[in-house]
Amino acid sequence: MASSDTVTAQEYIQHHLTNLTLGVHPEKGLGFAHTTAEAAEMGFWAIHVDTLFFSLLLGGLFIWLFKRVADRATAGVPGGAQNFVEWVIDFVEDNVRGSFSGKNPMVAPLALTIFVWIFLMNLMDLVPVDLIPHLFGQFMGLFGADPHHVYLKIVPTTDPNATFGMALTVFILILYYSVKMKGAAGFAGELTLQPFGKWGIPANLLLEGINLFSKPVSLALRLFGNLYAGEMIFILIAIMYSGGIIMAAAGGLLQIAWAIFHILIITLQAFIFMVLTIVYLDMAHHTHH
Amino acid sequence: MNINLTLFAQMIAFAVFVGFCMKYVWPPIVSALADRKAKIAEGLAAAERGHQEKALGEQRALAVIKEAKTAAADIVSQAQKRATEIIEEAKTDARGEGGRIVAAAQAEIERETNRAREVLRERVATLAVAAAEKILQKEIDIAAHKGIVDSFAKQL
Repeated sequence: MASSDTVTAQEYIQHHLTNLTLGVHPEKGLGFAHTTAEAAEMGFWAIHVDTLFFSLLLGGLFIWLFKRVADRATAGVPGGAQNFVEWVIDFVEDNVRGSFSGKNPMVAPLALTIFVWIFLMNLMDLVPVDLIPHLFGQFMGLFGADPHHVYLKIVPTTDPNATFGMALTVFILILYYSVKMKGAAGFAGELTLQPFGKWGIPANLLLEGINLFSKPVSLALRLFGNLYAGEMIFILIAIMYSGGIIMAAAGGLLQIAWAIFHILIITLQAFIFMVLTIVYLDMAHHTHH
Repeated sequence: MNINLTLFAQMIAFAVFVGFCMKYVWPPIVSALADRKAKIAEGLAAAERGHQEKALGEQRALAVIKEAKTAAADIVSQAQKRATEIIEEAKTDARGEGGRIVAAAQAEIERETNRAREVLRERVATLAVAAAEKILQKEIDIAAHKGIVDSFAKQL
């Protein structure tokens, strides 16, 4: 689609994997990065405007829809929107009740937010890869920008910042509730006194430490990896469109097939993130293994 | 694909969304669900109660109908008894009345007979006196013999 003759396949892929980065460049000052290298040079104090924009937009959509239903919630006969929202909430509540044995009014809303928000962000993966970035590039071209150097990633979950952001927040909650429920000493004991008893403290600490830190890392990387790979396949399929009519037709079929399969993946990834969060928090609430 | 400030922005956004959801979204919907559950349970219980009440009512209705039938039969038999009594009374009354009417008629007949006899007696006396007058005109003084005639007349 957007891969014209002047853009190689490698450049095309690179273009699609670069975020719209706003930051302070060491030489060019405050502004949007015009190349992938410039984005990297901006260092830590830069912001992925596209990730933030789409994740906040989708989170806002989720909050708006559910708040609207919550305001009009009736115990009588529910309308269409309320029926759908209740179905989602019932589903989440079932999972929380099944996996979480403690009492914490925060876990269920947290699980709901994770599930719906991640699902919506993943859903952006089904939008044809070039559609919004191309339109955005043309739009920015009106203001004198070079469309080839205007970047836009519309799937926030293919940005590790988004997935690690959520996973780290969950990790903070795990630490908070571990200390709150078991006490600092109890939590320290859990990290150091098992599985080998008090003579194996270094080994215990190593094992339990890995166990603890693997939780947020696996949460974030699983979601990111699945969505990043899915996005990559869509990009590769999109490259086929510039390879003549037969390749384009095959690409079209492939895209449909992959999109249908991807519906399963995006739902499953949202579900896995939610269930693991519930399970991790449940473990944080348990005083005994 | 660089880790940068977006990470913290995402963490803050996530926390805000969760907080908002926990405060304004989750409780009303869950309470609406709980309310509906209670309502449905209530409705089912009410239906069950209604069912039982219906059965009880049917039983009660049967008992009432049975009672009413017995009462009706009683009333009918009493009425029949009363009717027989009334007929009997009427017969007795009629018989008594008939007897009284006969007695009155007989008394009337008696009275009429007596009166007729009285009238006849006077007429016979008068005739006898007249005949005797004619017979005795020449020899008997009316004034002198009237006492004798009257005493005869009274013997009739």
